[in-house]
Amino acid sequence: MSETAHELSPVTEYQSSKLGMWLFLGTEVLLFGGLFAAYALFRAKFPVLFYEQHLKLDVTLGAVNTVVLIFSSLTMALAVAASKKGDTRKVLIFIGITILCAFVFGINKYFEYGAKFSHHIYPDTNIFFALYFLMTGLHMIHVFVGIVLLAVLFVLTKRGVFTSEYNTPIELGGLYWHLVDLIWIYLFPLLYLIG
Amino acid sequence: MSSQNPEHEEHSHGTKSYVVVWVSLMFLTGLTVWSAQKNLGGYLNITVAMFIASVKAGIVALYFMHLKFEDRLTWIYAIYPLFLLLLLIGATLMENFSRIPAVN
Repeated sequence: MSETAHELSPVTEYQSSKLGMWLFLGTEVLLFGGLFAAYALFRAKFPVLFYEQHLKLDVTLGAVNTVVLIFSSLTMALAVAASKKGDTRKVLIFIGITILCAFVFGINKYFEYGAKFSHHIYPDTNIFFALYFLMTGLHMIHVFVGIVLLAVLFVLTKRGVFTSEYNTPIELGGLYWHLVDLIWIYLFPLLYLIG
Repeated sequence: MSSQNPEHEEHSHGTKSYVVVWVSLMFLTGLTVWSAQKNLGGYLNITVAMFIASVKAGIVALYFMHLKFEDRLTWIYAIYPLFLLLLLIGATLMENFSRIPAVN
């Protein structure tokens, strides 16, 4: 039938959606890659400046945010697992906790930036802080986008859009959120823990 | 009815296994903070920090992102950008440090 000829089977749809997400995550890695390359270059050129400047960052706050973000990855993984079982109540709880963690991360970052500004440290202070603000700023944008995505998933879940048979958006949202976590896993030691 | 991806059913992702993954990530976070306090000398500090970060990233990708249970094509999609990333960082560093000083 010509009508159904354009329709993909649910399995094909699911698999190609997920592959598309992985492709997008690849471009995300390379988006941050430019900044990582700049970081590597300038740290190799000015190792002393990087060491001295990084001491102005609050390791405790950075570590707390790392813990918060990794915990939110756990709750997101649990949300995806719950959605596979069709447990809507658990999906809502876990996505809710994930959003809460994202806000905690953002609030911490807000105070961190505020503390830097009050010490007259800005993106144009030196190359270390230029990279610090660029890398954490781009990451923060991703956290904000994540909050929006998760909020949409929360509302759709509440409306009963997803079932144990159809939950691809939740899984894709999860993949995105884990990448945000994954990038922070590199940012934390690179910026806060220069030995 | 089978679910969208029958393969997933074989590897039930229980709450317990995710918590174990999370605990190991927490342990590695502690380890990286602790090791940064030590002066290992030379490039050893950054090497250790990046090694631990990569182990953590691997754990996140394999378990939280289910890469362990994905097919070969997904693996190619996941790993290929890392080669490009290596090229990007490697070429940037090599270009810069192989410049002839007089030209600058």
